[in-house]
Amino acid sequence: MISYIIRRLLYAVPILIGVNLLTFALFFMVNTPDQMARVQLGDKHMDAKAIEAWKAERGYDKPLFMNEREDSEGLLTDTIFFDKSVRLFALDFGKSDEGRAIIEDIQQRMWPSLAVALPSFILGILVNISLALFVVMFRGSLFDTGAMVACVAMMSISGVFYVFAGQFFFAKMWHLVPVSGYVPGADAWRFLILPVVIGVISGIGSGVRLYRTLFLEEASKDYVRTARAKGVSELGVLFRHVLPNGMIPILTSVVVVIPSLFMGSLLVESFFGIPGLGSYTLDAIQAQDFAIVRCMVFLGSVLYILGLLLTDISYTLVDPRVRLS
Amino acid sequence: MPLLSVTNLAIELPAPRRAIVANGDTQARRLVKGISFEIEAGQILALVGESGSGKSLTSLALLRLLPDALRIVDGEVRLDGDDLFRHTEARMNSIRGSQAAMIFQEPQTALNPVKNLMEQVGEVLRLHRGLRGAELRAQVLRLLEEVGIPEPEQRLSWYPHQLSGGQKQRVMIAMALACEPRLLIADEPTTALDVTIQKQILDLLKVLCRKRGLAVLLITHDMGVVAEMADQVAVMRHGEILEYRPCKAFFQSPQHHYSRQLIQSLPRRQYREPLADSEPILKLNNVRVWFAQRKGLLQRIHGYTRAVDGIDLEIRRGETVALVGESGSGKSTAGRAILALEPLASGTIHFDGQRIDNLSATAYRPWRKRIQVIFQDPFSSMNPRMTIREVLEEGMRALGVGGNSKQREERLRALLERVGLQADHLDRYPHEFSGGQRQRIAIARAIAVEPELIICDEPTSALDVSIRGQVLELLQELQREMGLSYLFITHDLSIIPLLAHRVAVMKNGVIVEQGPTADVMNNPQQDYTRELLAAAPMLEQVIEEDLDPA
Amino acid sequence: MTDWMMIKPVVLWSDSLIFLLALLLILFFVHMARNPVARMRWRTVFASPTGMGAFLVILFYILVALLDSIHFRQPLEQSDASSDVHYSQQVDSVLDLIIGDLRGKDEKTYSAPFAIYSFAKETRTLDDGSIVRDFPRLEHAGVHLSDPAEHWHDIRNRTLEALLIGLAISAALVLLHWQWRNRCDAVACGPRKEYLPWKTIYGTLAFLVFATVWVLKLGGLYHILGTNMVGQDTLYQAIKGIRTGVLIGTLATILTMPLAIVLGICAGYFRGRVDDLVQYVYTTLSSIPGILLIAASILLIDVYIETHPEQFALTVERADFRFLALCFILGMTSWTGLCRLLRAETLKVSQLDYVQAARAFGVPHWRILASHILPNITHLILISLVLDFSGFVLAEAILSYIGVGVDPTMASWGNMINDARAELSRDPVIWWSVSAAFLLMFGLVLAANLFSDRVRDAFDPRAANKA
Repeated sequence: MISYIIRRLLYAVPILIGVNLLTFALFFMVNTPDQMARVQLGDKHMDAKAIEAWKAERGYDKPLFMNEREDSEGLLTDTIFFDKSVRLFALDFGKSDEGRAIIEDIQQRMWPSLAVALPSFILGILVNISLALFVVMFRGSLFDTGAMVACVAMMSISGVFYVFAGQFFFAKMWHLVPVSGYVPGADAWRFLILPVVIGVISGIGSGVRLYRTLFLEEASKDYVRTARAKGVSELGVLFRHVLPNGMIPILTSVVVVIPSLFMGSLLVESFFGIPGLGSYTLDAIQAQDFAIVRCMVFLGSVLYILGLLLTDISYTLVDPRVRLS
Repeated sequence: MPLLSVTNLAIELPAPRRAIVANGDTQARRLVKGISFEIEAGQILALVGESGSGKSLTSLALLRLLPDALRIVDGEVRLDGDDLFRHTEARMNSIRGSQAAMIFQEPQTALNPVKNLMEQVGEVLRLHRGLRGAELRAQVLRLLEEVGIPEPEQRLSWYPHQLSGGQKQRVMIAMALACEPRLLIADEPTTALDVTIQKQILDLLKVLCRKRGLAVLLITHDMGVVAEMADQVAVMRHGEILEYRPCKAFFQSPQHHYSRQLIQSLPRRQYREPLADSEPILKLNNVRVWFAQRKGLLQRIHGYTRAVDGIDLEIRRGETVALVGESGSGKSTAGRAILALEPLASGTIHFDGQRIDNLSATAYRPWRKRIQVIFQDPFSSMNPRMTIREVLEEGMRALGVGGNSKQREERLRALLERVGLQADHLDRYPHEFSGGQRQRIAIARAIAVEPELIICDEPTSALDVSIRGQVLELLQELQREMGLSYLFITHDLSIIPLLAHRVAVMKNGVIVEQGPTADVMNNPQQDYTRELLAAAPMLEQVIEEDLDPA
Repeated sequence: MTDWMMIKPVVLWSDSLIFLLALLLILFFVHMARNPVARMRWRTVFASPTGMGAFLVILFYILVALLDSIHFRQPLEQSDASSDVHYSQQVDSVLDLIIGDLRGKDEKTYSAPFAIYSFAKETRTLDDGSIVRDFPRLEHAGVHLSDPAEHWHDIRNRTLEALLIGLAISAALVLLHWQWRNRCDAVACGPRKEYLPWKTIYGTLAFLVFATVWVLKLGGLYHILGTNMVGQDTLYQAIKGIRTGVLIGTLATILTMPLAIVLGICAGYFRGRVDDLVQYVYTTLSSIPGILLIAASILLIDVYIETHPEQFALTVERADFRFLALCFILGMTSWTGLCRLLRAETLKVSQLDYVQAARAFGVPHWRILASHILPNITHLILISLVLDFSGFVLAEAILSYIGVGVDPTMASWGNMINDARAELSRDPVIWWSVSAAFLLMFGLVLAANLFSDRVRDAFDPRAANKA
């Protein structure tokens, strides 16, 4: 087990290097820092001096890979590649183009993100599984067909629509919850209800449909027939045999996103004005703050790979057939 | 009064709501057409038939376990005088598992993979007997012991995947017998198992049946199993019972010609004589095929799975050698190694006096014309998206035989007719043919390049017995006409006497015994061979036994 | 009014791609129809009323998108006798000619659907010199009305009229078709397509015809779905958005599909080192959060566009470049899924006996790949094409909202929804712009989802036996 985890972690290293090189190529080679500076500064302030100053301020004035002005010590380290890419491996995120320490921003902003994402995630799974089981109970009936039509319809509605509709009805018409905003601490729940509910509702269509398929697949297997032949009732078959087996693919497929919950949701956070990492990223995108975007890309990959590892481990926990080797 | 009586049972596939033109099926289809039979307590009724005869549907219908798409349209099933079709579903649930139980064909999938033995076997007892706690545990232990699970105490917390196929089937039997039902329905209980295990399971069933006075409905296609087990036989075809008689009478004087055909599928003690000395065409010398096992942090090669571990084999021109073994014995891997589809770990292969092992793909190409292959599964051996013409032409083109397009066309037509199909079948697709016809096409594909040796990898094991004979017949005719040699890989001993000049028995990657067919089958030297043979009764044996008043 | 000889065609990259794509799809279908197995499966798709209806709706959307993809510039009116022809900076499409009535009738600002008065009060000087502050009449909506009181009456009449015309056209089509079918019977030309759900086909067609007629008849006289902030017709905007939606749905998959196919098949067939490499590539790419990769890439594209203005003479060309880049990047974030699927399926297929048989005949690798592997995994490609389609259409809206979607000058549902943030916080709420976008988007995505369901049921054996 331990050796397996270590091997998986080692396997993650080349992937992270790949991600790192890719982002580096995207951010520094497709477009040069000069071009970035020009776009950032706009037409008004554009002259060679301003550009140099802008670059120097942010450490973009160094050579890409090799610093030939430096002696052996700084030959490789005093470069953009080392400063901006290699340091990421030590989770040294550096400063944003605005000059703030990114790591502090992240530490501060991940909590609101989690406060929204975690309840939406857990509630979403619970709601989807319950609804899917309920539909499977009536499989083959008109109710089943109707529910699936409803699911397809719900899937076909843009996520933005749910946000608009939710804000309009719950906040504006009925004044049940605030439209948007956030306060830290115990009072936060008032602001969290709406985004969580919207998050859950917008996932129902695809979730229920997928889980129903998984449950139906299990329900058509031979061991279900065996259970029936043993005299297990319809409900017993569903809850004692189909559910535990169906939960395996469900659990293992959702585990991969757990680490990424820290990153929050760009959409939900910006619509509801929640100061999490999602809106942080979005602000950075809109302000063209490349340093932050770069860090978030790297952080996202790290969390995703962590998620893959968790997926593998979760298999061994829920599925007796799988042993790590 | 019989324990189980079935009268006029009929099962239907309802008409599809929207007919699709090419299918043409707009009517409901009767799959079981009003059959009747009875079983006394302590008796075994074998319901025999080939695939599609409706025998499995019948067994499911008795306990009302048919898939949703099918419907029971007529008939009556009485268990101890109790009409099962009149009960509510809840009442039915209290009968299933307690008064009547079932075991299925595929023990791999019939057990719930995420529940351990305690939970699975215990569930029946909890449901019907209301047992809990220590009492439940003791009872489960007793059951596992009775069906012959070694060290049951330890295995209570095991999951199905930790058991072998035979052990799983034993667990199934334990589950079925937990509440001491009076009727046991066994749907092909041994088909998915290796022959030596088959025998053990059948013996177990027989013992339990006698001991407990069970009425058993045994569904099978295997006449050997019937001969061994049944008191009564009912032969089923196309949803009807053709013949329904006591077992002895059935084997001695079958009434229906179809029954005779089935009985003929049992092997007889008529063996092919070994060929007079002719030159060997294929020679395997100490051939090894190993697969690397990787383990540990760096996935270094940790050891090898020795699929084939040093075999010597010789096939002479015009000879058929049967390579017999159970699943996992390495027999198919050996075949693939000859075809250069697996690399050798060591050893040599000579064909017609020249070495053909470890050649590059191009260097091996000339030999491909001379060594061909026929596979087991007629449904996956042809690309569903190619016409029969394309299927046959592919090899001819790749190996550059068959001349120009006009000559080739003539050859293709001649080939199809040779294997018993019609020349105008050329532009059809594989799905339009039955399993037996497809296997004929596969044979045509192999002989199209006029090979000298054909590796037959279980070519008949997916076919029904009545068709199996025809395909084997065709193979022998071709052997006579073309002087072909066959390496016949099979697990089924019943076809060997008819077919093979010599037999090689393989186990765990090595050949444990080989020799002329008559010698090996009449006078086996190894325990393993004896075990294999015991599981496949000969026709003479069956009839003699039954004639025997004891 | 337009001199056809004088127009100057504008061929955008996305235009040529979409027509190429349409051509490829037609060829693909013709090829599929030759194989009886595939034909049977398509038959089950089209035999279901839902599948057929959804298909017709998608076809309608695609038709609109294709019409909107033939671009040209109209010549400006010449002021003097010089021989130079000057072309308008505005690029039109054939669709603009058809629904020309909806365009160019801009009001000053917002107006509600079917309104004849403006949404905002205005201070006007009446003829008698008095100054009033009220809702002025719109300049282009309902100008034919002699009495504003007839307003709704007029709309009802014209709707009925459109209904009648629509029904008449549909009836004529149906009659023609019957005629043709009966004649076909007489001369026995091939199998009759009895399995098709004709009632659904007629119904859907009649509805589409009616909708078209209604829009054309009323669109010129009213703003059916109101106007936006700068007074443009909302319906026109939403219809123009169709092209963006359809293109993003198809191009995003198609552009990166060759990559997924080649890598997936090679990994699954050759295994070993090739497999390791391909797996590494797709794990790396899929480990980057999709939305961030898109955002980062679009930011870089923006920088490129801004620093190379000389390459983009027209606004449309700039928008088109950004659009194609977006399609490509969207595709890059999603091809890994298809690649993984194809790899797994190839692994399975290449173990099948017919591949082994081909290898036993010494058939070369490339021919095994082309004639055994590829044909037997096309259903996966197809399923993922239709499944991804709706996902991309929805993604466009979200990306445009974040500001990394299509160019703001390009008509798209995402941009309309983006505008709606401000509109929805006004009082009274301006709901029509965003509703129009949602409605048309919902129509397309729903049809695509229903169709992909049917396709998957028909082509995925696993899904089929669950039904």
